[in-house]
Amino acid sequence: MKRAFHIFAVVTAVLLAYALYQALVVAPTEQTMGDVQRIFYYHVPSAWTAFLLFFFNFIASIQYLTEGKPARRAVNWIVIAIGIVGAIAPFIPQVKQQLPVGMYPSSVATTALAIAGLYFLIGKLFSGQALDALAVTTAEVGVVFCTIVLVTGPIWARPVWGIWWTWDMRLTLTLVLWLIYVSYLVLRRFSDSGQTPVLAAALAVFGALDVPLVYFSIWFFRTQHPQPVIGGGGSIDPRMLHVLLINWLAFSCLAFLICWSRYRLEHLRREVEEAPLC
Amino acid sequence: MNSLKYLYAAYIATWLIHAVYLGSMVRSYARLRQQMKELGKGEK
Repeated sequence: MKRAFHIFAVVTAVLLAYALYQALVVAPTEQTMGDVQRIFYYHVPSAWTAFLLFFFNFIASIQYLTEGKPARRAVNWIVIAIGIVGAIAPFIPQVKQQLPVGMYPSSVATTALAIAGLYFLIGKLFSGQALDALAVTTAEVGVVFCTIVLVTGPIWARPVWGIWWTWDMRLTLTLVLWLIYVSYLVLRRFSDSGQTPVLAAALAVFGALDVPLVYFSIWFFRTQHPQPVIGGGGSIDPRMLHVLLINWLAFSCLAFLICWSRYRLEHLRREVEEAPLC
Repeated sequence: MNSLKYLYAAYIATWLIHAVYLGSMVRSYARLRQQMKELGKGEK
């Protein structure tokens, strides 16, 4: 396991270096914003990675809350229904015409199937306290990536918009998302009640509902924040999209590596806590 | 040229945040290993 970790760490480092080269050298210079637009290759992948981590936290929290309880069966069937309905409904003409401009039925179907697939995969690989450890791991690493989004965003906004911050939908909802998960971590850190994991899981389930609100805010509201570059009526130079996806892959690998380390740390911490005093 | 300082600031800030977090994990890991040793358990 240790060897696999080291190999993956080396691969991730190489990928990050390559992604940095692509972002700073290879990617074409944006016409309006100039070179400062290259912040995009760190800002957007960090946001997507944070959303993904909070989604994993959501799944782990639901699994933890319902494990060994009658509600687990109901939740399983709900997830199966989401997968099936989500995969078929977007292709029905009456539903297809309701989708926002730029949202493709295949994207909706893929997302629904991925949600269901990940739910059952995580349920298969983790159980009991391992689910709780996964939840705290993904929440913590998600907060790190969300912090990067909230730092790089204003740094990019200052030269482009002339302001560091504005209280528009997307920015405000992202800040709320960050605050929710920071409060989750504060609860885990300072509460020593036996019910802490359950309370935290309940908080996480509702907190995760902010993720789709953040994502879709620029689709449904007029905001200061730019429109989506993938779907949603937006467009992106194919060369820029290529660099964006390379950076996302690199940051996803980094997130996985950090989560792997944090998960091991969490297990070690629990071992120390549960060890009998000599 | 002026906007380049914002680009570098954003990239440096990103890696600084990652470095601070990884550094805190390394410290926690070292502390826990020390506690494990004191408890008389070795790392497997």
